[in-house]
Amino acid sequence: MSVKGFKSHPYIPNSVPEVEAEMLREIGLTSIEELHEEVPQEIVLKENMNIPEAFGSEYELRRHVEGLLKKNKSCADALNFLGAGCYQHYVPALCDEIASKGEFLTAYGGESYNDFGRFQALFEFESLVAEMVDMEVVNVPTMDYSQAAATAIRMACRVAEKRIALLPESMDPDKREIIRNYCEPDLDFVIVKADPATGRMDLNDLKAKLNAEVGAVYFENPEYLGMFEIDAQKISDMAHAAGAQVVCGCDPISLGVVASPRSFGADIICGDVQSLGIHMNYGGGQSGFMATMDDPKYVLEFPSRLFGICQTSKEGEYAFADVAYDRTSFGHLRDQAKEYVGTQTALWGITAGVYLATMGPKGMQEVGETIMRNAQYAAKKLAQLPGVSLRFADPFFEEFVLDFSKTGKTVTQINKALLAKNIFGGKDLSKEFEWMGECAMYCVTEIHTKEDIDRLTAELACILEGGEA
Amino acid sequence: MKKIDRSNPVRTGFHQAKWDEPVIFELTQPGERGVLVNKAEKAICEATEGTAAIPAFLKREQAPALPEISQPRVLRHYARLAQETLGTDVNVEIGQGTCTVKYSPKVNEQLANLPQMREMHPLQDESTAQGIMEILYKTNQYFCEISGMDAFTMQPGGGSQAILGMASLVYSYFKSRGEEKQRNEIITTIYSHPSDAAAPHLKGFKIIYLHPDKDGYPDFEAFKAAVNEHTAAFFVANPEDTGVYNKNVLKFTSYMHEHGGLCGYDQANANGLLGVTRAREAGFDTCFFNLHKTFSAPHGCGGPACGAVGCADFLEPFLPAPIVRFDGEKYYYDYENAKNPYGMHKIREFNGAAQVVLKAYAWIRALGAEGLYQAAKTAVLNNNYLFKKLMELPFVDAPYIPGKQRIEQCRYTLEKLLEETGVGTADIQRRMMDFGMHYWTSHHPYYVPEPMTLEPTETPSKADLDEYIATLKYVFNEAYTDPKYLKAAPHSSVCHQLDESNMDDPEQWAVTWRAYRKKYQ
Repeated sequence: MSVKGFKSHPYIPNSVPEVEAEMLREIGLTSIEELHEEVPQEIVLKENMNIPEAFGSEYELRRHVEGLLKKNKSCADALNFLGAGCYQHYVPALCDEIASKGEFLTAYGGESYNDFGRFQALFEFESLVAEMVDMEVVNVPTMDYSQAAATAIRMACRVAEKRIALLPESMDPDKREIIRNYCEPDLDFVIVKADPATGRMDLNDLKAKLNAEVGAVYFENPEYLGMFEIDAQKISDMAHAAGAQVVCGCDPISLGVVASPRSFGADIICGDVQSLGIHMNYGGGQSGFMATMDDPKYVLEFPSRLFGICQTSKEGEYAFADVAYDRTSFGHLRDQAKEYVGTQTALWGITAGVYLATMGPKGMQEVGETIMRNAQYAAKKLAQLPGVSLRFADPFFEEFVLDFSKTGKTVTQINKALLAKNIFGGKDLSKEFEWMGECAMYCVTEIHTKEDIDRLTAELACILEGGEA
Repeated sequence: MKKIDRSNPVRTGFHQAKWDEPVIFELTQPGERGVLVNKAEKAICEATEGTAAIPAFLKREQAPALPEISQPRVLRHYARLAQETLGTDVNVEIGQGTCTVKYSPKVNEQLANLPQMREMHPLQDESTAQGIMEILYKTNQYFCEISGMDAFTMQPGGGSQAILGMASLVYSYFKSRGEEKQRNEIITTIYSHPSDAAAPHLKGFKIIYLHPDKDGYPDFEAFKAAVNEHTAAFFVANPEDTGVYNKNVLKFTSYMHEHGGLCGYDQANANGLLGVTRAREAGFDTCFFNLHKTFSAPHGCGGPACGAVGCADFLEPFLPAPIVRFDGEKYYYDYENAKNPYGMHKIREFNGAAQVVLKAYAWIRALGAEGLYQAAKTAVLNNNYLFKKLMELPFVDAPYIPGKQRIEQCRYTLEKLLEETGVGTADIQRRMMDFGMHYWTSHHPYYVPEPMTLEPTETPSKADLDEYIATLKYVFNEAYTDPKYLKAAPHSSVCHQLDESNMDDPEQWAVTWRAYRKKYQ
């Protein structure tokens, strides 16, 4: 028995029976069943789909979804120390205000004329991020940091006309997987070992693996494990000497106080702007970018849209439009274009622009300073707990690795006990980085107070004494 | 005072907001602050060295040259830019063909903005994420039901990444059979989205294009000639952007299977098919849905979005981990697929855009099976109503299957209008903006001459459709009466006609304000 539809649904104006009948008449039909005459009967669905009946009202729908979400315990309900690529920072009110403006929220593929504001806001995003990374070209955002890194590596290998890229062992394993999926089978990857004592890239191993076939050397500052890449300049120099391009990832919220990777020789910079005024959204706040200097050698390798300033037919008026559109797969070239482009994360680009414009130079310096102090304080306090130590000695930005190997407890046990105290402990690294031992990566930002950190320290002390685990 | 006259539905008095708003850097006033930032507490400062810990060569010497702007001015700037953007909330959305731009319910936005959604960290313990995991799990089940597939991943962040997902699945499948080097071609059509060619090409596939036959279906003889031992898959939309449904789809999918290849369904055009026909019965092995199109999540100027990729059971082991499952008591992540040596790698960080899935879930639950069916039927009714009215115009035509129904959209041709008036589709596009309307031509290259692609979805009312039709007619008429004025459009949009002569010139282009100042000041 076939379904007959849902009449007068609030989202579907022409489901009003009288209107529907009138429109059907206009096209010479008597029933909506007569639509889809081109679909062969043998593949027309004869039965109702097995999908729950619609809620009878908006109120019931709201109650239902709110009920589901109440089963979540969010970082607003608990004290969170998870980072690892998705960060809890303060989101200024303006960011939410602009991100929820209906005009931006529901725009899509309009032109430079009627979507003028979308083009300008994204041009401004490019421009504001360019100031942070000290580069001249930034793209309309891509999916996430991993996608940005993957594209940056592909760009670098095209520029170098080579097909091997070096990746650090200590990087986010998920990011490595995403890069692989995006770049294979065109590119091959070689892993550069980490020094187990310092967590740094092993420069001897880098030297051994650099050769004339290597097109890109990828690393990050701060690196995945939180530390500053002390050898950044050396890595860069070695890569360049071997004829490879340097691709460096960064966290833009650090760049109010930390130098841009350009200063130590990065040719292409990438990163994620989620930290810039975008809620975590269970991972749905990620939004990646790439940046280069304004050299056509690089610019023409971007697969993304690049919005630039454009003149109009009216003297003195300016607008915004696509720069070098034909390089993208939207142009005539399709599969022969640079990679591909499509819907990515434009709204987060606009939001990150609002964040940077709101914070200003002083705000970005201050937030960097606050984050570093809070994180340093937390690391210091936590490393004083019996059996707990900092796994690596190098200075770090907002994340640090705690070694619990000598506590007699596993990170799994510790995090479970913390959860019972309404604390989300640091990311368990013991599975992905077995060589480190029982380690967890803690993230402390400007949102944490001394009281929060002291509470974590006290609860951990209690757990490690054996009382609570 | 006279009675208000509403007899002319064309908004001849429209003018879009035009604020002449400077680039944000021009608003800087040294010393102004947009927001105050909390400092580390005194006791923390006393115990730490702060930025002094940064190795000297990694320290930022100069503050970033961001503008310094007070809070109300930042707000006003972006509020004005928002007004200069023609979102779906404010216009009759018919003109963005292929984009399925429908109403995005506000209640879904409010739900997605609750702290229990947006303050969720993706690595939280599963016990603290049962609500969102239930939503991910159930939406996955609904998609299986709507498509006939056996499993979905919500990771891909849009339609194009979903196509990469399908191509990755195909690659993994043949790799598991040791055939990835041999099966290195994917067949698609010239009417498919550019990403149906570009994304598989990224996975190393050679792309073979099919042209349409006289009915607008992919040419079956050409298809047969293209299929050989190198063919990995056939990627196609149905209907394609012409709105023509390929009646012979089973012939294609069967033939492909007989020759050892797979079939991937680009379901960007699924909106007209919900509850009517499904991917699996049409013989597809993998497919994807755009949640920001068919399932009402807002487009957000181009994301965040979700392109959920589905597949039949034999491809499920290749899907990227993790997959949400339910053990009867609780939801949990299954990482088994990560162990599959041939499985596709992860495609997006964490679990993709979960808040977008939540919006799709809420939309499905607001409609139920009958509502989904109604949405599809009304979208098709709206399109065929529009089609009939426009095809009555002597200078509008649409290639293929004359007299037959289209599904949810149509690609028309204005070739005759161009011949008679010198006014082309790009001119009409710009002129429609003067009435607050979107209008879309086609992807490149233009296979239909002077293309016009319209997709009304189920959102517009009959009055909205009539307004759009009346506006188009007004503009078409102007092509005969005042083509010069028309060709100079837009007149009432945010800016005047672009001069894009500098956009391909490295000496002149300016992708950032910094680059602009270097070149022009």
